[in-house]
Amino acid sequence: MNDRINRLRKLSVEAEPTLSIERALIETEFYRNNYGKYPIPVLRALNFMEICKRKAIYIGEDELIVGERGPRPKAIPTFPELTCHSVEDLNVLNSRELQRYTIGKEDIEIYAKEVIPYWEGKTQRERIFGHVPDEWRAAYEAGLFTEFMEQRAPGHTALNGKIYKMGMLDFKEQIAAEIGRLDFLSDPEATDKQEQLRAMDISCDAVILFAERHAVLAEEMAAELEMQIEREVAAGLKISAGLETAADREVKSGVEGKSGIGGRAESGAKSGSRISELRRIAEVCRRVPAQAPKSFWEALQMYWFVHLGTITELNGWDAMNPGHLDQHLAPFYEREIAAGTLTREEAKELIACFWIKVNNHPAPPKVGITARESGTYNDFTNINIGGVKADGSDGTSEVSYIILEVAEELHILQPGSSIHISSRTPERFLKAGCNVIRKGYGYPSVFNTDAYVQELTRQGKSLTDAREGGCSGCIEVGAFGKEAYLLTGYLNVPKILEVTLNNGVDPVSGKVVGLKTGDPLEFKSFEELYKAFINQLNYITDLKIRVSNYIDRMFAKYAPATFLSVVIEDCIKKGKDYYNGGPRYNTNYIQCTGLGTVTDSLATIKWHVFEKGTFSMEKLLNAVAKNFDGEEILRQTIINKTPFFGNNNEYADSIAVRVYNDLFDAIEGKPNTKGECFHLNMLSTTCHVYFGKVMGASPSGRLSGRPISDGTSPSQGSDTNGPTSVIQSLSRLDQIKSGGTLLNLRFLPNLVKTEQDVDKLASLIRTYFSLNGHHIQFNIVDTITLRNAQKRPEEYRDLLVRMAGYSDYFNHMNIDLQEEIISRTENDAF
Amino acid sequence: MSYIFDIKRYSINDGPGIRLTVFFKGCPLSCVWCHNPEGIDKKQNKLYTREKCLNCQTCVNICPNTALAMTSEEISTDASLCVGCGKCADACPTKALEMSGKELSIDEIMTIIEKEIIIFDQSRGGVTFCGGEPLYNKEALLELLGRCRKLSIHTTVDTSLHSSPELVKEVALKCDLLLIDIKHMDSNLHYKYTGVKNELILSNIQMVAQMGVPYIIRIPLIEGVNADEKNITETARFISSLPGKMPVVEFLPYHDIAKGKHAKLGSIYNPDNIPMEKPSKETIERCVEMFKDYGIEAHVL
Repeated sequence: MNDRINRLRKLSVEAEPTLSIERALIETEFYRNNYGKYPIPVLRALNFMEICKRKAIYIGEDELIVGERGPRPKAIPTFPELTCHSVEDLNVLNSRELQRYTIGKEDIEIYAKEVIPYWEGKTQRERIFGHVPDEWRAAYEAGLFTEFMEQRAPGHTALNGKIYKMGMLDFKEQIAAEIGRLDFLSDPEATDKQEQLRAMDISCDAVILFAERHAVLAEEMAAELEMQIEREVAAGLKISAGLETAADREVKSGVEGKSGIGGRAESGAKSGSRISELRRIAEVCRRVPAQAPKSFWEALQMYWFVHLGTITELNGWDAMNPGHLDQHLAPFYEREIAAGTLTREEAKELIACFWIKVNNHPAPPKVGITARESGTYNDFTNINIGGVKADGSDGTSEVSYIILEVAEELHILQPGSSIHISSRTPERFLKAGCNVIRKGYGYPSVFNTDAYVQELTRQGKSLTDAREGGCSGCIEVGAFGKEAYLLTGYLNVPKILEVTLNNGVDPVSGKVVGLKTGDPLEFKSFEELYKAFINQLNYITDLKIRVSNYIDRMFAKYAPATFLSVVIEDCIKKGKDYYNGGPRYNTNYIQCTGLGTVTDSLATIKWHVFEKGTFSMEKLLNAVAKNFDGEEILRQTIINKTPFFGNNNEYADSIAVRVYNDLFDAIEGKPNTKGECFHLNMLSTTCHVYFGKVMGASPSGRLSGRPISDGTSPSQGSDTNGPTSVIQSLSRLDQIKSGGTLLNLRFLPNLVKTEQDVDKLASLIRTYFSLNGHHIQFNIVDTITLRNAQKRPEEYRDLLVRMAGYSDYFNHMNIDLQEEIISRTENDAF
Repeated sequence: MSYIFDIKRYSINDGPGIRLTVFFKGCPLSCVWCHNPEGIDKKQNKLYTREKCLNCQTCVNICPNTALAMTSEEISTDASLCVGCGKCADACPTKALEMSGKELSIDEIMTIIEKEIIIFDQSRGGVTFCGGEPLYNKEALLELLGRCRKLSIHTTVDTSLHSSPELVKEVALKCDLLLIDIKHMDSNLHYKYTGVKNELILSNIQMVAQMGVPYIIRIPLIEGVNADEKNITETARFISSLPGKMPVVEFLPYHDIAKGKHAKLGSIYNPDNIPMEKPSKETIERCVEMFKDYGIEAHVL
């Protein structure tokens, strides 16, 4: 990394996340003056325009890629139209130890006076919670599921290559043409479409204006620098220390011992080059996003403005994602390298500048249960590298390798990165990826392109749309640039079994939260119990879907994403919003968590109670009810003498397959409100820790409050037969039916010591993928290191570990998450 | 039927690719540093891990011969009463008591091996037979090698070669790779440390080299035992004089993990207090360099 990147990286890593009330103030004032004057989509677009017009513009020293969502790096806005933080929330955010967002007392006072009163009763969150049925609320509060959209907008969006071929002016033309085609005579939706299209048109203007303001600022900064140099030349010396630019200061500190004159000459040269950089920035910002990018630099800046636009508009879950960035940039790179207008180093520097920009944007702060289940600054932009092109050919290029180098050398929290491996991917690329994995930052994660192309086509996507798809956020699959695939929340599958084993009652609260599916002591066979479990599962799933569908409508109605809709295929053509069925494809996912824990619990009951007679159901349930207190012998018998999931053992694996298939049946095909349907997803992020907290002990021997298993991984510590058994157990699930599974493996560093070891890791990945595995990720770290990091956090400030579908700083995790990582089975060489 | 005391998957240091390693019980040698002391006896051994024991006395109550007793928060076995039936281990809820060595038939072992074929195929790996001493389980080993070959499974045999030349020859022809240990060049010292002399081993190595079958030489590197300049030089000289293609050498730096295993076995580690140390980085590098001088490619595992 060169000096520029080192400085930018340092600034980004060391900046503390702060809350900025700028967006909330502009928006509140706008809403106060304009609510009711315009149709909602137009109101939203004008609100977006207002923010783009009035927000502070920031161009930092050294920056090549410009633009911030807030007034400066890591200054994070709030979105009161979705959830309005209370004074208490703000105080908590300001003072909590982990994932702190600092905010000044004055700002809290202004927020209390200007923002909070206006939004009372008008936020999405209040609309949603004001509506939900009592049964839903009971199940939600018991932790049977979470609801993603109660305080953040639906997201997980990734883009295709469209914005590298068309600018906002081109989109405006398309919009105008669609407005011209509206049929007010026979299309009852024509008026709605016209309003939506007008709103999209305004949104295009808003980002063009936003970029123009950067161009103006860059020119002003260049002029200022130029005047300064002139003054210096005239005076023959610096006029005052107070007017020194930071670039000057850098130079000065770098030339210690040199004569003042030499330092000044260098400073002049440096300022001179910064002047031309600033002028170039202005040029770039005048071209994109108004027009399609022509150069590599413009292509990155184009994406970045689109990214900023979408996260300023609403900042849905998982921010925004360029998708297959290497594939999008490759044509620019190749063209410019051939023309001699760009070097590999310059391309790498620009990508690094972009990388740091993403890191400058932590996720907006959450509240309540959502904050508990997702404790990270990460906003889950997951850059896809590799994969295949639309025609099925290999998608890797030199840019893929450059991106891997940037990810490795910067090793910062955001963005996440993933390598996408198909049968056509060259071994060299997989190994380059494995060599980064080996460093132990927890990325890149590894995805199976051949599997997710099948997953997407199974869901009804065309073959080319599927190939252009990928994985965003953590592991969720989607047709990039053409699909709204909304995660609606996590389902706590082990808790559903817990409630079943208590005949509809939540043993933690004593409240009725589910169906009365029968007294478990009366079950004569495993089949009777299993049937009750499935009845409970279907009841809970339907409850969740009912409310998800309602929330879908609330977003379509009150929070259309008019700018995002511009860049997603078919929204313009249909005249419909991203949240209202505008995209070519519209999926809702429910993410099922705890397959390992529920499988092990069912296996325990089947094996010991109904087959071997080791103990009775009554004895087991009594022990579970008292958290195995005084029942350690029973608990150890379960842990050590039960076939558990993840050991390539047919007994346990067949139960996992059965549960998985039943989850699929409970979710797949249930209609959403956009004429399409729900699909199964097997993601957990950090929700398995929250879900564990709201549960008593499990029949599998898991103690009360301890995390349930994550994604589709085996329960922590129960996979004792090594990684080849784990992947074979997981491959028994028909993963193609899901919209993504997740497998975490923890390896000790001595398993990847040599080049040959890396080859073996690569072949383990290839094996799993030949068995249709969707995703695999590795933590290469030993327990001693993690324990030391707990004891002496200051020495391990940059210890990144893989959490779920993303990496996080170990020291930013709460103790529960840290312990969860440590409890994962440590695979050793011997 | 053979006694197998362990089966390791994702084994990456015992031959090419990703391997499954099958550990046979029984070994004619008894090296003082042995990493797998539970593999020396041909019969089953009872292992006891005190830290896992709940003192629940389930084992004491279940033993048909009242061989077990609880003494000062620890289970002790009266060897004169124990018949090794393993009922205590079956009943133990925490696996504090375990029988080392499970009696498996060829079919059962093959079922385990065949489950990993997909892994072998993708990684160009296979099965490694190890121990103990796999050649000490002659019938089973030969049968398994034959069956694996029929299924195109790559086989490696990790052996001391302390065996009859006829058997060595047969095994060498039936497997795809041999991993052969050289522990010491001085026969008397070899006897002191392992309980057997080395002439048979060295002549078997010469025979294998003559046959032209692929083999790798492995050397446990132990400061105080065999890492001295004299022994290393002699070892290098011996290897470089072998007929045929020069084999690759792998050094296995000594560590004392066997201490814990002896505690579980109820036996004493290094009872004669032979001084043994981990080789220093310098020693390891020196050995690699010395081998290089003889034109031998040496790696450190």
